Amino acid sequence: MKIFNNLAKKNKKVIYSYSRKRQRFGYVFISPWLIGFIVFVMWPLVQSFYFSLNDIRLRPTGRIMTFVGLNNYRDVWLKDMFFIERLLAFLISTMLRTPIIVVFALIIALLINSKIKLKGFFRVVFFFPVVIASGPVMDELVAQGATTIPMMNQALIMNILNTLLPELLVAPIGALFAEIIIILWYSGVQVLIFLASLQKVDPTLYEAAKIDGGSGWECFWKITIPTIKPMILLNTVYTVVSLANSDQNDVIQLIYINMFAATRGYGFASAMAWMYAIVVTIVLLIVFIVLKDKKDKIQAVKMKGGVYK
Amino acid sequence: MSNATSISNILKNNRWSLDEKIILLREKIRKFFLGSKEDSGFFVKLIVYTLLICIGFVYLYPILYMFITSMMPLEDLLDTSVRWIPSTFYVDNYIEAWKVMRYSKAILDSFYMAGVPTICQVVVCSLVGYGFARYNFRGKRLFMALMIFTFIIPPQIIMMPTYVLYNDLGILGSMKAFVLPAILGQGFKSAIFILIYYRFFSQIPQALFEAAEIDGAGHLGSYFKIAIPAAIPAIIIVAIFSFVWYWNETYLVRLYLIGKEGIGAQTSLTTVLLELRRFEHNYNALYPVTQNVPNRINEAKKMAGTVLSILPLLIMYFLLQKQFVESVDRTGITGE
Repeated sequence: MKIFNNLAKKNKKVIYSYSRKRQRFGYVFISPWLIGFIVFVMWPLVQSFYFSLNDIRLRPTGRIMTFVGLNNYRDVWLKDMFFIERLLAFLISTMLRTPIIVVFALIIALLINSKIKLKGFFRVVFFFPVVIASGPVMDELVAQGATTIPMMNQALIMNILNTLLPELLVAPIGALFAEIIIILWYSGVQVLIFLASLQKVDPTLYEAAKIDGGSGWECFWKITIPTIKPMILLNTVYTVVSLANSDQNDVIQLIYINMFAATRGYGFASAMAWMYAIVVTIVLLIVFIVLKDKKDKIQAVKMKGGVYK
Repeated sequence: MSNATSISNILKNNRWSLDEKIILLREKIRKFFLGSKEDSGFFVKLIVYTLLICIGFVYLYPILYMFITSMMPLEDLLDTSVRWIPSTFYVDNYIEAWKVMRYSKAILDSFYMAGVPTICQVVVCSLVGYGFARYNFRGKRLFMALMIFTFIIPPQIIMMPTYVLYNDLGILGSMKAFVLPAILGQGFKSAIFILIYYRFFSQIPQALFEAAEIDGAGHLGSYFKIAIPAAIPAIIIVAIFSFVWYWNETYLVRLYLIGKEGIGAQTSLTTVLLELRRFEHNYNALYPVTQNVPNRINEAKKMAGTVLSILPLLIMYFLLQKQFVESVDRTGITGE
């Protein structure tokens, strides 16, 4: 007996040290990413902050930097004619578009996930925008007016909007109708995410609910929605991030223009990028606070069916 | 009454009285329209299919519009009675767009520009994802949080120093400006791909790796012999998405390849989407407007250019759609 015990102890030690050594091998696998993170994210972040504190002029001999403190930040808000205007436009359009995209993605995911014929065909149709939605293509389509729902009376809608809403909101909502298809096209990845989580809902939950007399409507609100709630948060974050970084976005075009503008340069553009990043972060924080899961609810669902992994 | 009994059977059967027959029929019709517990009824189905077809049409409308407009000669564009079917089969728009976009070169460049970083990304992201999924090292959670952070920060912040860095390295305007970050796991949307691999590798049972280790497989051995063969769906999906996103990226491509038009790095590399962006400019350069040749750009020509720029992706999508849909199912593309 004693011999066995000793052997077990020894083995444990061996396994332990072996596993410690083994785990360290993980660093080898992630090392490319780690180096990349330092070179292409950390260092540029620091540098970008330093840039934003300087006035940078490009000369044939190289970059000339003059330290100007926070002047660039002040100028972004006070001297740039377009920044505040475009930022406001971005915020309003994000506020309007994000819910539409997420809700539409959910509807489409539910439709594709239900028992239908020609499932494959409809999937091909709905994933289609993921493949072709790119900046210049969308620009062309918007320019041609091919992105509005056919047979919809634009002028009438604008008239109604003008009488009902304050002026600040009319233009963005009007634009919403004019570009509605492009907005829907942004929902490709979100549909995939919803679909994947819908397929993981335990079917026995629905059966149990049906036996207890639950209708489809009740099942949707009591089972489907709580289960995919984390995905709603994820999708909202994804939507906001992709809208904020999209090629269509006027603010990032403005940053690009300023970067090469003779009187502005890298310093000013960096300051603008930082201010923009802070605004986007605040939007994301608001999203988190609004959609954050209450812990007890998750627990309840977990207890019921262990749907969560 | 079982569902299998048809209406005619009910009517012919002499055992029931007329009243009974009516009740049975009514029940049958109710079931057909409103559905039962097992099967949704006709109304629900009608709504589902109507929605599917309507949304599907709305989704495809711009594409249809694009194809049709691109086939129209000038007369059809001006004639308001021609909306959906062009009066003649007209391909001159495509021929002009082909020349304007320098298509034969642009498309090769596009494949090159999207393909090489994609290969790097597929390989490197799988290694990193495997590292995160298989090993428990110190700081793992922190690193993963940082990885998600890299997805969320706007690229505009780090774009300028990166531009300066590439400028100093002298790789602006060349392929290296895209390959280098991809090799170091910081390519376009790398974080998502690492997460996909991470999710996939975590689902492989640990026992498989242990068995391989007992059989003498090393770290790389179990990666190549167990992880990779099991991760084919993940590889497919990463490859497709990465290719598509690299193909469609124009903001960074424009910055790193061209910089400011005229100044900045000069390069012969181009992509079809960059050419599409410059379509109008190039068109006017190639076909100058003179009195003898009143050849003007019109939307049909632009649409032809647009069709040409997405054509390779369309073909790829239709060839790979089965694998695409299947691997979406199997990968469970979701991050937690």
